[in-house]
Amino acid sequence: MGNTTAIAQTQPPRTGSRRQVSDGTIQKLFIMPTLILLMLWNVFPLFYSLFLSFTQYSHSGKLPPIWIGTANYDMLLSDPKVWSAFAVTGKYALLSVGGQALIGFGLALLLRAKFKASGLLTTLILIPMMLSPVVVGLFWKLIFNPLTGIFNYLIGFWNPSTAPIWLKDHALISVVIVDVWMWSPFVMLLCLSGLKAIPDYIYEAAEVDRASAWRQFRKITLPSVAPLLTLAVLFRTIEALKAFDLVMGLTGGGPGNSTEMVSVTLYRMVFQGQARTGMASALAYIMLIVIIGISNVYIWYLNRIKES
Amino acid sequence: MAAPVSSAAPRGFAATGPSSPVVESARVDQVTPAARRGLTIRLIMSIIVAVVMLIPVYWMATTAIKSRPDATASPPKVFFKPSWDGFIGLFTNRTQLSTSALAAQQKRTDLSFWEKQALARGMRILGPSKFVGQLKNSLIISLTSTFLAVALGLLSAYAFSRYDIPGKGDWLFFILSTRMLPPIVVTIPIFLMYRALGLYDAYIGMILLYTVFNLSFSVWLLKGFIDEIPIEYEEAALVDGYSRLQAFRKIVLPQCVTGIAATAVFCLIFAWNEFAFSLMLTSSKARTAPPSIATIQGVGGIEWGSIAAGSALFLIPVVIVTFALRKYLLRGVTFGAIRQ
Repeated sequence: MGNTTAIAQTQPPRTGSRRQVSDGTIQKLFIMPTLILLMLWNVFPLFYSLFLSFTQYSHSGKLPPIWIGTANYDMLLSDPKVWSAFAVTGKYALLSVGGQALIGFGLALLLRAKFKASGLLTTLILIPMMLSPVVVGLFWKLIFNPLTGIFNYLIGFWNPSTAPIWLKDHALISVVIVDVWMWSPFVMLLCLSGLKAIPDYIYEAAEVDRASAWRQFRKITLPSVAPLLTLAVLFRTIEALKAFDLVMGLTGGGPGNSTEMVSVTLYRMVFQGQARTGMASALAYIMLIVIIGISNVYIWYLNRIKES
Repeated sequence: MAAPVSSAAPRGFAATGPSSPVVESARVDQVTPAARRGLTIRLIMSIIVAVVMLIPVYWMATTAIKSRPDATASPPKVFFKPSWDGFIGLFTNRTQLSTSALAAQQKRTDLSFWEKQALARGMRILGPSKFVGQLKNSLIISLTSTFLAVALGLLSAYAFSRYDIPGKGDWLFFILSTRMLPPIVVTIPIFLMYRALGLYDAYIGMILLYTVFNLSFSVWLLKGFIDEIPIEYEEAALVDGYSRLQAFRKIVLPQCVTGIAATAVFCLIFAWNEFAFSLMLTSSKARTAPPSIATIQGVGGIEWGSIAAGSALFLIPVVIVTFALRKYLLRGVTFGAIRQ
């Protein structure tokens, strides 16, 4: 690098050529806009909401924020509704990410071989994850509808009067089903890239050594996919903890509190009713800390896999 | 990934000719009837999976072209007569006509196709619905923000790829980490900031927000593409007397056109699908389509046909694009960190 720049700079300026811009200037010009935008839209808000989380403030009122120390956090952490929202979110994350990991990995094992139209079929299976979550939530609402939806008919309940009413009796499970439908392909995609990186000769060697299929799976397939599967699970866990679009489209948090996730609670706190902006900022921070904590556990695990 | 040579030849055999390399060993056990049967079973199972995965999408697309009674029929109808009811409901405001007005309307001969369709349901079209404007907003905001995100991202990606910037790794990690923030955490301060600056419910506010939202992604993905362009090309150009900027424009840009296109389309899809920010930071003027499809209400009950029409209209471009992008999907969804 250094050499070429030196050479470039020792070139005599060509006659009629424009003024040369130095490398240092280019670096600054190229990078600064990005960094400034990110600072203004991410770093500043982050500090501002940290400040707000220690104040009593409502953006719909006229009063400026009043410093109240950790009172917001105390109130939130002693509020059973908040705990219930975290419990619902946790349950949802566990079920949907678990489902996605199993189905996604299974699909990857199915599609790893090269057969006729395997590329086309892989692409078709990937379509759900590119769709808009809120729109997906809406049309699944139609599909789950006990009278006019097809879901019950497809799974074998032909009589609407005895069939389950998904969005009423099993609302959380319904959200999980849709999330699994939408995001298993993502896990599959990552696992596939791991599987395709395993050279054939390793399996051949194992075959020669008469390793059983199960042993090949456990000793060759699983270890090579594990880092990517963990990564996929990490991404999906973060997303599941943030879940908002899909839930709003499908159930809006109801019925009752059955699908009231943390982000839905947060949304209601700020934009509906009393606009408790300060308290919502505190809840947002609690959520952020939980997400950072969980990510670190995964990253620690990922590093451990890589080392072994 | 297997080299392209092997995909053209049957599994286990490289293409004929002494010059072609043997990229896969020929395993007898993989051309036996049993192995072939295994592949057929995989094919059949994959087809079943793909069909099951796409039933919801198919159902929504067909509901979009069902008449109102068909869309809400119980049991649901698989076979039906196509109708424009859903789309008319989506794009227009209508009014139910009284018997006398209906007769007068039926006598008119200057009705357009759409007006006739509405008349068949006893309605008169008053004008375009709010959805038309919101779809336009979606287009303006997502296209402009995509352009900005890709342009700024390209410059930063180039600088990060080609220069030894102090603390490069840390900066790149910082850029990545902004994407991991839950949007809802930054929404409250951004909402307050926008309200103070007059950017609430304004195009420019949403455009800048989506630009920033996509910027981290665009930097990472494009850096991956630029890293793959051999640096020797530029070095040769520099030796030949090109300036840095000229080398960037004439060597790097043409080389990473596909990368730019793929990045642009991913950014476009993100901005196109975004819901939370639009719901919280806009109200009427700059509201995009996703929060509004949810609130389509008809006269007397939910207009499933219109909701389905809106959803289909909204999703079909994404489905087509997914197809076009299939080569880059893995990079796109993993920030370019993993290559296929």
